[in-house]
Amino acid sequence: MTTTAIPVTTRKDWSSDQEVRWCPGCGDYSILAAVQMLMPQLGVRRENTVFLSGIGCAARFPYYMNTYGMHSIHGRAPAIATGLATSRPDLDVWVISGDGDSLSIGGNHLIHALRRNVRVNILMFNNQIYGLTKGQYSPTSEVAKVTKSTPFGSLDTPFNPVSLALGAEATFVARTHDMDRAHMQETFRRAHEHNGAAFVEVLQNCNVFNDGAFEKITGKDVRSNMLIPLVHGQPIVFGVEGEERGVAQRPDGGLEIVPVGEAGPAALLVHDEKRDDPGLAFALSRLARGPYEPTPIGVFRAVERPEYGAQMSQQIVESQEKRGLGDIEALLRSGSSWTVE
Amino acid sequence: MRSGVASGTQQQTAQLDQVIVRFAGDSGDGMQLTGDRFTTSSALMGNDMSTFPDFPAEIRAPAGTLNGVSAFQVHISDHDILTPGDSPNVLVAMNPAALKANIDLMDKGTIILVNSDAFEERNLAKAGYAENPLTDGSLSAYTVYEVPMTSITQEVCKEAGVKPRDAERSKNFFALGLVSWLYTRPTEPTLEWITERFGSKPQVAEANTRAFRAGFDFGETAELFESNYEVRPATFEPGEYVQVTGNSALAWGLITAARLAGLPLFLGSYPITPASDILHELSRRKEFGIRTFQAEDEIAGVGAALGAAFGGALGVTTTSGPGLDLKSETIGLAINLELPLVIVDVQRGGPSTGLPTKTEQADLLHAMYGRHGEAPLPILAPQNPSDCFAIAIEAVRLAVKYRTPVILLSDGYLANGAEPWRLPDLDALPAIEPDFASAPNHVDDDGTESFWPYIRDAETLARPWAPPGLSGLEHRIGGLEKADGSGNVSYEGVNHERMVHLRQDKIAGIAADIPLLEVNDETGDAQLLLVSWGSTYAAVAAGVKRVRARGMKAAHAHLRYLNPLPSNLGEVLGRYSQVLVPEINLGQLSRIIRAEFLVDAQSLSKMQGVPFRVMEIEAAITALLGGKP
Repeated sequence: MTTTAIPVTTRKDWSSDQEVRWCPGCGDYSILAAVQMLMPQLGVRRENTVFLSGIGCAARFPYYMNTYGMHSIHGRAPAIATGLATSRPDLDVWVISGDGDSLSIGGNHLIHALRRNVRVNILMFNNQIYGLTKGQYSPTSEVAKVTKSTPFGSLDTPFNPVSLALGAEATFVARTHDMDRAHMQETFRRAHEHNGAAFVEVLQNCNVFNDGAFEKITGKDVRSNMLIPLVHGQPIVFGVEGEERGVAQRPDGGLEIVPVGEAGPAALLVHDEKRDDPGLAFALSRLARGPYEPTPIGVFRAVERPEYGAQMSQQIVESQEKRGLGDIEALLRSGSSWTVE
Repeated sequence: MRSGVASGTQQQTAQLDQVIVRFAGDSGDGMQLTGDRFTTSSALMGNDMSTFPDFPAEIRAPAGTLNGVSAFQVHISDHDILTPGDSPNVLVAMNPAALKANIDLMDKGTIILVNSDAFEERNLAKAGYAENPLTDGSLSAYTVYEVPMTSITQEVCKEAGVKPRDAERSKNFFALGLVSWLYTRPTEPTLEWITERFGSKPQVAEANTRAFRAGFDFGETAELFESNYEVRPATFEPGEYVQVTGNSALAWGLITAARLAGLPLFLGSYPITPASDILHELSRRKEFGIRTFQAEDEIAGVGAALGAAFGGALGVTTTSGPGLDLKSETIGLAINLELPLVIVDVQRGGPSTGLPTKTEQADLLHAMYGRHGEAPLPILAPQNPSDCFAIAIEAVRLAVKYRTPVILLSDGYLANGAEPWRLPDLDALPAIEPDFASAPNHVDDDGTESFWPYIRDAETLARPWAPPGLSGLEHRIGGLEKADGSGNVSYEGVNHERMVHLRQDKIAGIAADIPLLEVNDETGDAQLLLVSWGSTYAAVAAGVKRVRARGMKAAHAHLRYLNPLPSNLGEVLGRYSQVLVPEINLGQLSRIIRAEFLVDAQSLSKMQGVPFRVMEIEAAITALLGGKP
């Protein structure tokens, strides 16, 4: 690892020579562009950056980044990233995943990586559909979704990814969407700054198999009335000028959306992403029952907790301080030994 | 076997060249501990020894039942031995169930020491005895000693203020004391050990000490025994020895290999019997710079190990059969990524949960073929507990040199069995060279230097290992087929076929880098060859020795490498008219041999959760040779 100044780079330096092979119009293009354009601003080196993925459309992402990378197997990227990030604390490790990869086959690895607080940035592209296998319903698809594998409608209650991450003891949980590069970049930047596991749900349009899944909330003309920006320390308000609405806490503790004009600014909930109790963040994640009701975006939760890999390294340091560097000759004699002349 | 020698005490001390003792009791009776202590004091006396812990999967099955019986067999001798012995000379039975579960192992005339306090109505019923075997004459063929172990232990502990219920737990130390007297074992190592182990619980230490002494004194004063016995030290090669189990030796081998390679060791693992002790051992050795990660499941265990390997660490995962099933997909990825990885499978009885605490060798074909696609990898197996050390180092050497996952097949018998081990000369162990990529290895059409992750070494066919951190070597790898050389994604058919062959040839080529198979054929004109692998080594070697003593001729070759096989195996097989392959499976290696060499290898199969007995090998050889020399 070099100690010289971090070289000035551009998007081009972070783009590999491989042809991008997502369907034309896929939301993944804008996420890739947002990341490639953000990387030069983060003050990191390409050689110390790793993009890891599982399987799915989103999982092709590492091939397009001119960094170290691994396209692994379905759902397992958080586990592989845990081994890499804990044994190489000098690296920046990003996991790129989708709703099927993270929440179906890889659900177990995701929740454990989050609760352990391993230093990885997990970007989960949620398009509420299986794209690479050509259009089956996913664990985030709405109930009664008609697809090739559910011709009579799906029966499964979907996961709310933000709720799930909060329930898994995640220390950083955020949501952004593929139609807003600035918001994506700001959210990814925050995830990268976080010392621990960062989980970002990116609402992403699959224009082939689930076109317009988020149109009712992310569409340009509806966005300001349907997306609720979360800003730390600020009252939670949204909506066009004169018609602002806000989030207030009901007497029973639940959250509701109220017109600011009627309730008054003092009634509004002030967003506190550093709140130790994840209860309010969870309540915020439940405000919308689906991508057709006003939906919070931004950082739900960003709290500090000891990072897993650093603690693992610390145990090694402490053992070595106490017992000295491991001596194999002594190790082999740790039971009783005897000598034959 | 016995030769009476007068001693200075009341009783006589007789010389024995070897003895096999089996301690049996309830799972909660501490039989494993008792056996282990007896083994240690015998090892310190200089005996050769071999142990066989034999315990149920349940931690505490209902007390007094046959399901709850836990046993520990130890074979000590004044000469070189290989196995824990076929039939015990002494059975220590702490209750009726222990007697019933083990009596079939005992030959007529052997000694049975019973805790007579436990032979009351309730325990007899639980063990399924209608009549008390101590009184109904059914044990008349044996020399039975009835000793009220529980009540004597309670009595001697009462003076120390230990309640009878707590004192009862020390009765295994009474048994240990009595057997220690019977075989003239020194008392100091055990007394010191008790003080050390139970230092924080003085009352427990006191109770165990008193029970142990009471057992020893009982032997000396009760005049129950005609004599006690002495097993003189065995003749060993000069050197320093320790007593070691397979799991410990394996963990130490991994630590040593990491040091030889200059790589940090990363273990990703999920607890599973009988492999967990490797995880435990490595977890408490963090001063060696080891990272141990108890993952959420078997898949994450191997995944994390592979991630660490991508980052330049020595990635290892440890498991048993059910875990190997779950790891298969990730092992396939490691084969495609061509990264070093060591997978330790401590085999147990299968399929499914099977026999978790019992030994088996039935994962060989799984290790060979248990992945989709053409997915070859090297497979090694240790031949005895101490060989786990050397085989772990060899697994790491091959993994690192050839950038490949390696499966190491240990088994439950090797994992828990103990034997004396002459410590190796660490300075003589060759270094393992990770040989990380350090510079671009390709020039693009436009003249710029670049790094191609799949340009291979001409000799080994290994690709460069380029962990993140070096500028100019950034590259992406993955599970999709890669173009030969550049490593870019390629769906092109001819390229795929070439890559399949390259991966196959790389593993096959390792045959040139491993020792030739040695054949033990004393006279050079045997017609029958026995081929063993893994833990069957001991019984086969001992069986061959025995038939030779009877004037028969049999050759023995042992395979530590199952894939690739030693390059002279075909030639060796061709020298014999008969080939017998004893295995604790339905003939998996014999099937491979038949397929690879068109040789009529016959299978000797046993699947009872225990190793072969020497007499079984002896009988099979005798039958094949027509019972004649």
